[in-house]
Amino acid sequence: MAHLNEAAVCKIREICDRYADENTPLMMILSDIQTEYGYIPVEVQEIVSEKTGISVAEIYGVVTFYSFFSLKPKGKYIIGCCLGTACYVKGAQQIIDKFCELLGVAPGETTEDGMFTIDALRCIGACGIAPAVSINGKVYPKMTVSAVAGVIEEYKKLGGAEA
Amino acid sequence: MNKITSGAELDKKICACTEALKDKFAGKDGHRAVVLCGGTGCLSSHSAEIKEKFEKLIAERGLEERVSVNQVGCFGFCSQGPFVKIFPEDTLYRLVKLEDVEEIVEKDLIGGEVVERLLFVDPATKEKVARQDDINFYKKQRRIALHGCGVINPESIDEALGYGAYSGLRRALSMDRTDVIKEVLDSGLRGRGGGGFPTGRKWQFAYAQENDEKYVVCNGDEGDPGAFMDRSILEGNPLAVIEGMAIAGYAIGAKNGYFYVRAEYPTAVRRLRIAIRQANELGLLGDNIFGSGFSFQAHIRLGAGAFVCGEETALLNSIEGQRGMPRPRPPFPAVKGLWQKPTIVNNVETLACVPYILREGAAKFAECGTEKSKGTKVFALGGKVNNVGLVEVPMGTTLRELIYDIGGGIPNGKKFKAIQTGGPSGGCLTEEYLDEPIDFDNLVAKGSMMGSGGAIVMDEDNCMVDVAKFYMEFICDESCGKCSPCRIGTKRMLELLTRITDGKGTMKDLEELKALGRTVKTNSLCALGQTAANPILSTLAHFEDEYIAHIVDKKCPAHVCKNLMKYTIDRDTCIGCGLCERQCPVGAISRTDYVAPGHKLPSRVIDPDKCIKCGLCMASCKFKAISKE
Amino acid sequence: MAKVNIKIEGQPYQVEEGLTILEAARICGYVIPSLCAFNHGQCSRGSCRVCLVEATGARGLVASCVYPVAEGMEIRISSPKATEARRASVELLLSNHNKNCQQCSKNGNCELLHVARLTGAREGMFEGAKTPVTVDRLTPSIQRDTSKCILCGRCVERCKNAHGLGVLGFENRGFATIVAPAGNRSFADSPCILCGQCVSVCPTGALSEVSEIDRVDAAMAAGKHVIVQTAPAVRAALGEEFGMKIGTPVTGKMVAALRRLGFEKVYDTNFSADLTIMEEAGELLNRVKNGGVLPMITSCSPGWINYAEYYYGDLLGHLSSCKSPHEMEGAIIKSYYAEKKGIDPKDIFVVSIMPCTAKKFEKDRPQLQHDGIKDVDAVLTTRELGKLIKRSGINFLMLPDEEFDQDLLGDYTGAGVIFGVTGGVMEAALRTAYYALEGKEYEAIEFTAVRGFEGIREATVHMGGMDVRVAVAHGMKNAKPLLDDIRAGKSPYTFIEIMGCPGGCVNGGGQPFVRPALLPNEDPDILDTYRQKRADALYSEDERLTIRQSHNNPQIKLLYADYLGEPNSHLAHELLHTSYEARPERFR
Ligand SMILES: Cc1cc2nc3c(=O)[nH]c(=O)nc-3n(C[C@H](O)[C@H](O)[C@H](O)COP(=O)(O)O)c2cc1C
Ligand code: SF4
Ligand code: SF4
Ligand code: SF4
Ligand code: SF4
Ligand code: SF4
Ligand code: SF4
Ligand code: SF4
Ligand code: FES
Ligand code: FES
Ligand code: FES
Repeated sequence: MAHLNEAAVCKIREICDRYADENTPLMMILSDIQTEYGYIPVEVQEIVSEKTGISVAEIYGVVTFYSFFSLKPKGKYIIGCCLGTACYVKGAQQIIDKFCELLGVAPGETTEDGMFTIDALRCIGACGIAPAVSINGKVYPKMTVSAVAGVIEEYKKLGGAEA
Repeated sequence: MNKITSGAELDKKICACTEALKDKFAGKDGHRAVVLCGGTGCLSSHSAEIKEKFEKLIAERGLEERVSVNQVGCFGFCSQGPFVKIFPEDTLYRLVKLEDVEEIVEKDLIGGEVVERLLFVDPATKEKVARQDDINFYKKQRRIALHGCGVINPESIDEALGYGAYSGLRRALSMDRTDVIKEVLDSGLRGRGGGGFPTGRKWQFAYAQENDEKYVVCNGDEGDPGAFMDRSILEGNPLAVIEGMAIAGYAIGAKNGYFYVRAEYPTAVRRLRIAIRQANELGLLGDNIFGSGFSFQAHIRLGAGAFVCGEETALLNSIEGQRGMPRPRPPFPAVKGLWQKPTIVNNVETLACVPYILREGAAKFAECGTEKSKGTKVFALGGKVNNVGLVEVPMGTTLRELIYDIGGGIPNGKKFKAIQTGGPSGGCLTEEYLDEPIDFDNLVAKGSMMGSGGAIVMDEDNCMVDVAKFYMEFICDESCGKCSPCRIGTKRMLELLTRITDGKGTMKDLEELKALGRTVKTNSLCALGQTAANPILSTLAHFEDEYIAHIVDKKCPAHVCKNLMKYTIDRDTCIGCGLCERQCPVGAISRTDYVAPGHKLPSRVIDPDKCIKCGLCMASCKFKAISKE
Repeated sequence: MAKVNIKIEGQPYQVEEGLTILEAARICGYVIPSLCAFNHGQCSRGSCRVCLVEATGARGLVASCVYPVAEGMEIRISSPKATEARRASVELLLSNHNKNCQQCSKNGNCELLHVARLTGAREGMFEGAKTPVTVDRLTPSIQRDTSKCILCGRCVERCKNAHGLGVLGFENRGFATIVAPAGNRSFADSPCILCGQCVSVCPTGALSEVSEIDRVDAAMAAGKHVIVQTAPAVRAALGEEFGMKIGTPVTGKMVAALRRLGFEKVYDTNFSADLTIMEEAGELLNRVKNGGVLPMITSCSPGWINYAEYYYGDLLGHLSSCKSPHEMEGAIIKSYYAEKKGIDPKDIFVVSIMPCTAKKFEKDRPQLQHDGIKDVDAVLTTRELGKLIKRSGINFLMLPDEEFDQDLLGDYTGAGVIFGVTGGVMEAALRTAYYALEGKEYEAIEFTAVRGFEGIREATVHMGGMDVRVAVAHGMKNAKPLLDDIRAGKSPYTFIEIMGCPGGCVNGGGQPFVRPALLPNEDPDILDTYRQKRADALYSEDERLTIRQSHNNPQIKLLYADYLGEPNSHLAHELLHTSYEARPERFR
């Protein structure tokens, strides 16, 4: 079982306290934790359970219901390939396939170096510029298969520079 | 900011804001305004950087006093973004790049000359068009729900007030609650979220409930993949939706409203937050709104990535911190909704129409539309159509007008095949329906539905079996899993479709598909399951021959289904440049001994056993030597 | 209640407003197949879709278990459309189901199979991929096999309603959905108290007890001295396994059957229920007199003990140190009885027939064994006993009534009998404590204030010059507020009885399934009344017995005189008392 450090435990408690006055705060708590840590492992759910009185099974059920919540850590860069209709009919499948091929992981998976996660998204509301890819919130319009390699390089450099 | 404490003060404020906005666009005292689209589409093509550059250059040239730079919501024509508009001339530049900014500043802002090369070119007439209103894409549109989008700065409450906001609420609060409901009823407004339920009737039910606590919920989950009208409205004029929500709250007797917005829409959420904050600061939300005695507060809740949460009861469960699984009805939300209290759930676009109705009157709203569908509808026109974007047209507009007049037809001279409306719950409509007027009932009668307004055009290159499979995959992924017909039935339908697109289908599978489709439709708990089979049933109705081609001939007529197609090189066209060989990720292409007449190098050939059908070779061949079959 | 006029299959009826179509139909004499509906909407997810009917005023078919009747409604159950729809729902369920009925623990009680039969579900329809399967057999008490689960959610509701625990929940989405403890872990790695309540509502073989029939067979085959004892609640329900009406007491037939099954001795756990009362009442008086930890809480329900050890480790001092009755019995058998009979305790194999799945876990507790010898070797549930009897070819209904073995551990009193129902231990203890303090029997004998099925009941008894306040709770959801009060130092009580299962052992997780759909001879409201009916069977036996106080049990007196000395003596402590250990990590 992963060990949570003291600071993390405090932080999670603090997040729960933020919504102490709300009627049914679970979704808000979970989305803050997801944003803060990038994932919500069972150990964290147990702390939320303790604070809110909601059973772990119920919290786990909520976490596994919504695709935004993740049980496992995600990569530093999350490559969200839109597979919504507008993007799909414009060839989005080939684009996600290319990302997967170049990074050697399947949709939903994270590269071994923890750098990239590829997610298949359902419409990010940028259909006008389909096919769209969103990387950590930055949207790439009218993507093409041939542009994929360049985009990956861009982030590899960025990641390297930050590291 | 000082709070507005009376109706009179509000009127004064609105007057002042209106004047200021008018002056800006009219170019008072020789002022000019640069307006940039700040919608998600254009932001992704660097409109924010472009804005910065404008600001920088304008400052450098010392023009700050005379030229303002403004960011507004989506213009709707996202495929041609980023957009820059110059007022008072109302010149529209499209596909603007960072490099173009200098030219616009020098030539237009300083020189007063239009930058011709950045103007929109009509695909039909090949003529340049300088003003937005003269572009076909905009000509047939009428803006009610999109009022203010692409015009005002969504982060400035003053501009919203100057553009009509809160006049509707102001009037509503001077009326009896039942009269407000009557106005909405009279307008004929029907829910824009998909169901088309008369909004006024919904309000009546909730009004009739005796309860101290009631809620208004605004459904901004917009799950239909390929639709983004709610996003654009929230990004372009959030205050209008807040106003609509407050009017609904007043009408039914609610003091609190919840926006449920997809987490995928960060810009919309941010602007909504800003608008709520500004409205609170001005006393336009909160206790005793502008001294009217009516109190109303708006809250925001984020979705977390579940399409089914667009279904209203699932949405309520989600707000309540549970798995977004729909509830059986009755009880309806109007009786027992959020936290078991009477609740109305209305779509973003629905609520965005409400201020207009209260401001201009029901009759004005009902002016356009068909007998049973009044007003306008926003569509997200996408897919294989020249002008991709968001359009708001009067109900009753025909599909042909939508696709050809507004959408500019099918690109690359391809043939129109079908248009899918209503997203994964809808169906496809073929050529023969092109002259059908679009309204709630007519679309249903023709085997599709309005849905939330997604309209995806498909051409001859789209395989309809693949499209059906695409939707089924979506539905199967997004089924909440609560009820057995949908949980298991959609999986079974997907399995059958996969079998067919893999070339392993039998004619018996088709029968089973139809039977299953009917079962899932009649047996499922919520509308997700009840409509899950629609894409299959409608493609089957119109394109059964395509299914049969997959099953009997083992061919995908549109060359989409990978297992049923192959790439080949025409050895006589191939000049042997070798480009494809270098592109191929799996080394499926090799040199032959054959040199075509007139060429110097040996032709290439594709090994079908190695080929993974990625299509890269075909895209790279400049000599069109590679084809699909 | 206002009435509404409806028609079912064209026939007019008047029913109460607010009923669901399913309930109304049952009252009017129609059976609509159903799976996820249970206990009058306590669990009304409307999710299985096998109860679809046509009803006017609704678009399309409606799920009768959640759709309310309305004035003028016309309902069609047997229309071709509805019939076909119900069949298709079942067929779809079966297409994602591991149909090995032959080896399935629920065969015979399976509601899915029943509904499949009713609807005429066809073989092999809609076959395809199956949801990935988890099988959990780690606990000694209950097991889970998701290949049989239809996601009706009854177990989820039951665990939540009975205990507020919510051990089970839905996980994942769509076709991948399962019902499991958080993270699809084992019950053994969750805060499950092993009460088996979820098992008793599960309509399929997805949840079941871990059978120990094989272990009993092995002991018999090995020539062990196999002794069986039966808990009070068993006799109130065993008959149901043989089609008898709920609430029929079958003590005599049960004993006869056990004798025919080849057990060396057939004893009644009631004997040691009396013993428990002697020890527990003694302990209580001690604590009261000597300023011990109060309130004292009963300790005979292992479901409750599990809960206490997980969540209220700080309150374990409040628990009576008494072992539960069958463990006391086992301990006495392997000491007193062994000595008297001259048998090596190693050769004795004690089988407890219990209404309980938690007791399977309890018997393995390290605190309940001496030198590697367990007090009790195997625990069979009432249901397992039913299976054992059926397997043996005994026609239960034709058995004569026989008596328990009378030697050494044969006598029992009415006080012991009522242990099987919530409030029973309290009442039995009060009878003896009253006598101890007042020197005379409580005149009315029955302390009716502590009877019934209210979640928490309390009473004040004047004895020994004091007002003794007592409380009774069943189901952990009801126990929790009492415990929180103790923790906060504001509990007004001296003595509290807590039982794991709602209703006590008569409704234990090992009792015969109450499946209205499979019990055509029972009243339509049986789910509301079965606990009372079983309880009545016990109360009537108590009434019938001449000796109704534990301290008046002659063999108990003899046991103390002959062997133990007096209640809470040194030897009594060694044999009959136990200890607890906080296990907070269980919900970590
Ligand atoms: C599967 C499913 C998804 C839905 N998604 C949305 C949605 O994204 N946005 C929306 O406004 N309504 C959606 N609806 C419709 C809502 O349930 C509801 O009818 C609507 O929000 C009511 O608002 P209106 O009357 O203003 O249209 C969906 C319905 C279903 C069954
Ligand atoms: S129809 Fe599908 S989405 Fe709706 S409740 Fe059933 S499983 Fe869930
Ligand atoms: S389609 Fe892709 S894999 Fe096949 S030959 Fe062309 S490049 Fe190679
Ligand atoms: S790219 Fe075209 S022309 Fe060049 S080798 Fe390939 S098929 Fe021939
Ligand atoms: S649960 Fe029922 S249907 Fe399934 S295997 Fe067991 S007995 Fe058969
Ligand atoms: S055995 Fe009891 S505690 Fe455990 S999951 Fe079942 S109902 Fe809950
Ligand atoms: S385990 Fe049993 S009770 Fe629980 S959901 Fe599955 S079938 Fe229903
Ligand atoms: S109440 Fe009875 S059946 Fe239930 S856990 Fe306790 S001892 Fe077992
Ligand atoms: S479908 Fe890709 S952004 Fe909408
Ligand atoms: S985002 Fe700029 S036009 Fe739509
Ligand atoms: S019994 Fe009605 S839906 Fe399950």
